Amino acid sequence: MNGSRINRFFPYLLLLPSFLILLPFLYWPTLQSFIMSVYREAPFGARKFFCGAYNYVNILSDPAYLNSLWRTLLFTALVTGVGLAISLLCAVMLNQKVRGAKLYRTFFFIPYAISPAVAASLWVFLLNPVAGFVNYLLYSLFHIQPPWLTDGFLAFVAVSMASIWKDTGFNILFYLAGLQTIPESVIEAGKIDGASPVQRFFKITVPLLSPTTFYLVVMNLIFAIFENFGIIDIMTAGGPANATNFLIYNLYRDVFINFRPGAAAAQSVILFVLIIGVTIAHFKYNGENVHYQ
Amino acid sequence: MTPSIRSKRRFFEHRIRAALGWHLLYIVASLLVLMPVLVGLSISMQPRDQIFTYPPSLFPKTLYLANYADAWRLVNMGRLLANSLWASLIVMLGKLLLGITSGYAFSHFEFKGKRFLFFAVLFTLMLPLEVRVVPLFELISQLGWANTYTGLVMPFLASATTTFLIMQHFKTIPKELKESADMDGCGPLRFLIRILLPLSGPILAGLATVNFLSMWNTYLWPLMIINADNLKTAQLGIKMLFSPAAEREWGLIMGGTITVVIPTLLIFMLSQRFFVKGIATQGIKE
Repeated sequence: MNGSRINRFFPYLLLLPSFLILLPFLYWPTLQSFIMSVYREAPFGARKFFCGAYNYVNILSDPAYLNSLWRTLLFTALVTGVGLAISLLCAVMLNQKVRGAKLYRTFFFIPYAISPAVAASLWVFLLNPVAGFVNYLLYSLFHIQPPWLTDGFLAFVAVSMASIWKDTGFNILFYLAGLQTIPESVIEAGKIDGASPVQRFFKITVPLLSPTTFYLVVMNLIFAIFENFGIIDIMTAGGPANATNFLIYNLYRDVFINFRPGAAAAQSVILFVLIIGVTIAHFKYNGENVHYQ
Repeated sequence: MTPSIRSKRRFFEHRIRAALGWHLLYIVASLLVLMPVLVGLSISMQPRDQIFTYPPSLFPKTLYLANYADAWRLVNMGRLLANSLWASLIVMLGKLLLGITSGYAFSHFEFKGKRFLFFAVLFTLMLPLEVRVVPLFELISQLGWANTYTGLVMPFLASATTTFLIMQHFKTIPKELKESADMDGCGPLRFLIRILLPLSGPILAGLATVNFLSMWNTYLWPLMIINADNLKTAQLGIKMLFSPAAEREWGLIMGGTITVVIPTLLIFMLSQRFFVKGIATQGIKE
């Protein structure tokens, strides 16, 4: 009798600690983001008043915010597209049946373990115009010295390179796992039919890896939108002239530099909508994928 | 020499040459991938005048470690590393502990509202720090936890991914074990500690590594919540090395950066198998 009563409450007791963290620190602040986003703070003092969609209208008609949104999307597309292409090539290279290839794989995973701040610091040195190695190489070969972090376009490229470098390890890991699920017989059949290695790559390997690619696209979108704050803060601090002022960085500035909590909350809600969109696309595709298998 | 032996020899020579070619390619590619770290390491061991020579020197000429000592002193690196270590250990332990209890609840028990509660845990995957950072910052400040270890770690102690993966793993352990344990009068807590946990070594090690490193690498939250220099984390130390930038002391900056990345690399090397497994399992779908 007593034992079964204990058993009835036992699972709730097991869940209690997790919800003691999740409710106040994850759910409550998210709800608050929505609430704060429809309030405005009076210029002086702590008075707040309801303002409906004002914050949303305000940021969505602000050219600076739209610029930030546009640049984030461009950055996300660039990092995801170029990053996945490089990762797939590396994975195919590392997937060869050569003794000892496993050891080299480890080296390719290392950048993913490194923090955004460390990655940024290393890249800022590599790209610095005076003592940096990249410009030394470019000068010796082509007699050019690009001002990497002081030109808007180049800073955008520099931040993208550092992000791609940091995330390839993750992508390679999944592509290697995906490559190992492709049956040898399919590749052999392609060989017998006279397909060249390049044809086999584009006509067999790439299509068969599409579930992996889709998963990685989703993950890379999330990395690019949410997780590169450290890289931006150390490499460019959003500059020059807002060229790398991505959504997350803009939000951070509105909280701590411009003190616009209402506008920042509205931006949080927009980010939330973005992530919900990505997640729904993910589950929809996964559902369809399972259906057709 | 018969033709067949000769062709066999040619075959092997061809294979060895191909293997050598691959190894050469691998070595060059690995050096390229690790270049930022290797260059940083090299610069961290060069004195100022050597860093600014032209052409830049790839290798340090002497074993010069003053940059490390200077960086250590300038930002109080020992303290920062200790702060990061504590925060990462506590978050790692919290996520594992809460992941084990909640994963166990979902894997081995039937109860009212299970589906709803499970969904409520999974849904937090869609609530990254960035979508709740403003009110979270206010909440932590109101609780008086701004500028404290508590404020630094508290919001990270539970994790949907860890719960989910531990649940998935517990489900693979045969139901009969639980039934026979019930019959033998082994209580649910003892079953967890005596039977489930000993069978979960690798997955727990993988999650421990990934969770430790993710907290070690965290940047945005410590930047927001910690102001006092003696409470800052190692990642913030890197920013501190950059900020007095009248002229950047690259040797010093790289010394500090390499210092911060050494624990990451050590953990990665020591538990590489678990780390890779830990990431790989995150991709496994139901």
